[in-house]
Amino acid sequence: MQTVDMQQLKSGEVNLGTSIMAVQFKDGVVVGADSRTTTGSYIANRVTDKLTHVHDRIYCCRSGSAADTQAIADMVHYHLQIHAQQSGGRPTVLTAANVFQKLCYENKDALSAGIIVAGWDKETGPSVYNIPLGGGLFRQPWAIGGSGSTYVYGYCDATYQDGWGRDETINFVKNTLALAMSRDGSSGGVIRMCVITEDGVERLFVPGNELPKFWEGEEVLSKSSNRTREFTDDMAIEV
Amino acid sequence: MDHFPTSWGRQRNDAYDAYNTYPLHQRPNPGHDAFADSVQHTQQPIVTGTSVLAIVYKDGIMMAADTLASYGSLARFKSIQRLHSVGTSTVIGASGDMSDFQYLQSILDELIISEFTEGDKHELGPEEIHEYLSRVMYGRRSKMNPLWNSLLVGGKKDGKRFLAYVDLLGTTYTASTLATGYGAYIALPLLRTAVEGRENDLTEEEARKILEESMRVLYYRDARSLDKYQIAIVNDEGVTISEPQKLVTSWGFAEGIRGYGAQTQ
Amino acid sequence: MTSIGTGYDLSASTYSPDGRIFQVEYANKAVENSGTAIGLRVKDGIVLAVEKLIHSKLLVPDSNRRIQTIDRSVGMASSGLLADGRQIANRARDESYSYRDVYKESPPLKELVQRMGLYVQAYTLYSSVRPFGCSTILGAIDKSGPVLYIIEPSGVAYGYHGAAVGKGRQLAKTELEKLKLSELTTREAVFEAARIIHLVHDDAKEKEFELEMSWIGAETNGLHLPVPKDLLEEADKKARDALEDYDE
Repeated sequence: MQTVDMQQLKSGEVNLGTSIMAVQFKDGVVVGADSRTTTGSYIANRVTDKLTHVHDRIYCCRSGSAADTQAIADMVHYHLQIHAQQSGGRPTVLTAANVFQKLCYENKDALSAGIIVAGWDKETGPSVYNIPLGGGLFRQPWAIGGSGSTYVYGYCDATYQDGWGRDETINFVKNTLALAMSRDGSSGGVIRMCVITEDGVERLFVPGNELPKFWEGEEVLSKSSNRTREFTDDMAIEV
Repeated sequence: MDHFPTSWGRQRNDAYDAYNTYPLHQRPNPGHDAFADSVQHTQQPIVTGTSVLAIVYKDGIMMAADTLASYGSLARFKSIQRLHSVGTSTVIGASGDMSDFQYLQSILDELIISEFTEGDKHELGPEEIHEYLSRVMYGRRSKMNPLWNSLLVGGKKDGKRFLAYVDLLGTTYTASTLATGYGAYIALPLLRTAVEGRENDLTEEEARKILEESMRVLYYRDARSLDKYQIAIVNDEGVTISEPQKLVTSWGFAEGIRGYGAQTQ
Repeated sequence: MTSIGTGYDLSASTYSPDGRIFQVEYANKAVENSGTAIGLRVKDGIVLAVEKLIHSKLLVPDSNRRIQTIDRSVGMASSGLLADGRQIANRARDESYSYRDVYKESPPLKELVQRMGLYVQAYTLYSSVRPFGCSTILGAIDKSGPVLYIIEPSGVAYGYHGAAVGKGRQLAKTELEKLKLSELTTREAVFEAARIIHLVHDDAKEKEFELEMSWIGAETNGLHLPVPKDLLEEADKKARDALEDYDE
């Protein structure tokens, strides 16, 4: 009997080698993502939307296999519609996160999905849940995910503070993603963000040529570089 | 992204990545993990917790675990709880995969509810919880799909103290001092020296001191540990799980150290 | 019951010419002949009480309970066929479990009642089954606070402030209406419930009965628990005394 080599198939899959993020603030949450989708080192889509609607005030950020995470998001969307119909109200973010967690945990052997669920609900207000690879569920004030996130844990730890407002939170997300995208080859393109509050969902967009800029000097100094000398010269003048 | 923490923090494989230039997310999976191959084929721990320690003392049992959930070598979640109360007289502490631990919490919760709805006033104590867990763990390993945890189960019911171990293979044993993971190598000898033979004399204060000292040594030597931990106590008053507390550590002695041998400056 | 003998009452899957399902109505008769069960939804909790008629002095006291627990904070009192009540309780536990399995939290009582309504209604559709001979009072504290429902043999379910089913339901309802339910505490409601059960019990016709009570509130930590023995005895005695005064 001929069998399918799953590993072979999986290795050719489209991956969201990604930078994703969600942060809660007083009135809501900001979710954000880059827009790069790759197969190996080829960019299959440079303007992907990784922020996926699962209910009126609940979005998820997807990382891992595009096929897996789309299938999961679709199933959760289905469950939440049923839930909303039966309960006569909007589901809580926790409910959505629980359904995501169940699917990710029970199928952990077959899935490659790291998902962040975020949104606003009447019971708890804003909340962010992280569901990493094995299918655990962790509530966090801010969450980052995807390959790019590993480069910016330090930045987030050093920068994040409780009690921010909407605009500060948006800036934090924008800067973190830009830094991650600049170091991670599997992330890039544009920044997409959603601000989710009680009143609604607002989409924000930062084009790839207008990303926040950080230090862009030379990391590698050539032999002829005179940086060091200039530096000491300046010191001398100051003295 | 390299989704497999087992390939993180490893020595470079010079065959395909001589200078570690391969992008992290594209690095091939390690060709062979002989350990994993010989035991199971279905999974590996991903988000993990490290050691749990527990001892028996005069009034009951005491358990300690730090609050870290690691993702490979990344300290990913720094304030999660690894001690969990079950019913009114039992506490469990978990090391290993945190998603499997959350699953165990939910089936134990279901067990407690179905016992409660019987309305017969019987409650499951630590011995029953431990036996139940051992059946679940052994059952899953027999399906070649283990729940990747080492667990300590402790409690006190009807005046009787209980402390036992169960792991992903369904192995069980009981003792007055127990530890999982790295703790079994590093902390257990300390615990045994301090506790064995004094189980009925140790006060709560003394027991707490012993665990704190062991947690400190673990923090010094376990690269997947954190200086934030919780202590659970089960005594006649029931289960109490403390708020997270910080370890006091000392590093000052290192200031004068120079070189690695003959060097003096 | 003029329609008896017309043949339209032999199966739950057959309507009578004027659109009735007699099997369901007969199921209600099974409830009407049973001891009274009441439920009170008050300010901060729920109280359930049952007049459990003792048909034999040989029965062990406290056995064959008619109040059961469905979930940590969901209680159920049934009136009618006791065994049917147990079947419904087991189904409710399963429904509770299946909701938790998907959403990882206990269902709101409204949701549980809707599902139980569907279940009970299914037994009014087929000739091969008989409708449940019991009315069920479900009480709980959920996200929205204290809630109380009755599920009838037909499968319909309504929410109530005060619920009464069984033999003495009419008198019990009158008594419940006199109370300011939304102002009572759960503890006060225990005494009122005991009083009502004693009041509706017909000493002349009926044999002995056992007062069975449970509550959900702050004093039980939100759990559905039997009313503690001392409080039950106190409420029982107070109700008896009040009744004697009333009779004199």
